[in-house]
Amino acid sequence: MYKATVIVKRRPKILDPQGKAVEHGAKLLGFDNVQKTRIGKYIEFEINTDDHELAEKEVKEYAEKLLSNPIMEDFEYKLEKNDEA
Amino acid sequence: MMKPKIGIVVFPGSNCDHDTFYTMHDVLGYDTKYIWHKEKSVGEVDVVFLPGGFSYGDYLRTGAIARFSPIMDSVIDFAENGGVTIGICNGFQVLCECGLLPGIMQKNDSLNFISKDVYLKVENKNTPFTSDVPDELLKVPVAHGEGNYFADEATIKDLEENNQILFKYASINGSTDSDFNPNGSVKNIAGIVNKKQNILGMMPHPERYSNSILGKNDGRYIFKSIAKNLIN
Repeated sequence: MYKATVIVKRRPKILDPQGKAVEHGAKLLGFDNVQKTRIGKYIEFEINTDDHELAEKEVKEYAEKLLSNPIMEDFEYKLEKNDEA
Repeated sequence: MMKPKIGIVVFPGSNCDHDTFYTMHDVLGYDTKYIWHKEKSVGEVDVVFLPGGFSYGDYLRTGAIARFSPIMDSVIDFAENGGVTIGICNGFQVLCECGLLPGIMQKNDSLNFISKDVYLKVENKNTPFTSDVPDELLKVPVAHGEGNYFADEATIKDLEENNQILFKYASINGSTDSDFNPNGSVKNIAGIVNKKQNILGMMPHPERYSNSILGKNDGRYIFKSIAKNLIN
């Protein structure tokens, strides 16, 4: 069993209206040093196999085909062997 | 006059499917059916609609999950073989996600859901969707939270060079200045077609303004154009 985490981020050049709105809140709270707030997505799941190569292939395909849209997003992933489950 | 056969795909969370059915069937008198998203084939139809709504609750990204519904293989096949395919609002988002149209929809730049009438400037009347539009402007409503069309510069240039931008948000006088952009879309884009001009995606809702009883009838020109061009 593998535990996977995927982080989906908007490409640096693409405007993030949510991040902008949240940063506005930060300024209201007095966090004057906060800048460049960007909002992304954190997704975790399990992959029911002990084959590391297969797990890696599946996490990549899942992230490429569904979890992110390559037009405006990039993703990073982490795979961990999880034998407790 | 030949009556077009219309198929309206229903995803879980579609909510303009009935509006579209009413307009196609009750107002225009076309032969119309619903197509449940779990069906495998669109069947014998002339036009496929992907209606507005919030398929799969807009989870992950708008249209991202609907794009993998069982019916979509048949929709893609139909569209790629020249079948007239129209995505309105959420349907446009699905068309972008599955790659039948370029680009993607982001949250409105105001972060607000917008529900109001807008004016659309018809940028290209030489298409099966716009050939019967009498004026330069159409008045139709928008109702969306994520209609902020985005594509990279090369894609936009390509759309412009091939006259694929069909509708731009405009003022009542036809100005397409950014002041009249309700959602932050690149170049005020409200609707585009593919190169072959058989696939239309648009954020505004022509199906909601297609009945003279409602006092606003501009949407009907788009459907009349399609019907007329199907005969020819």
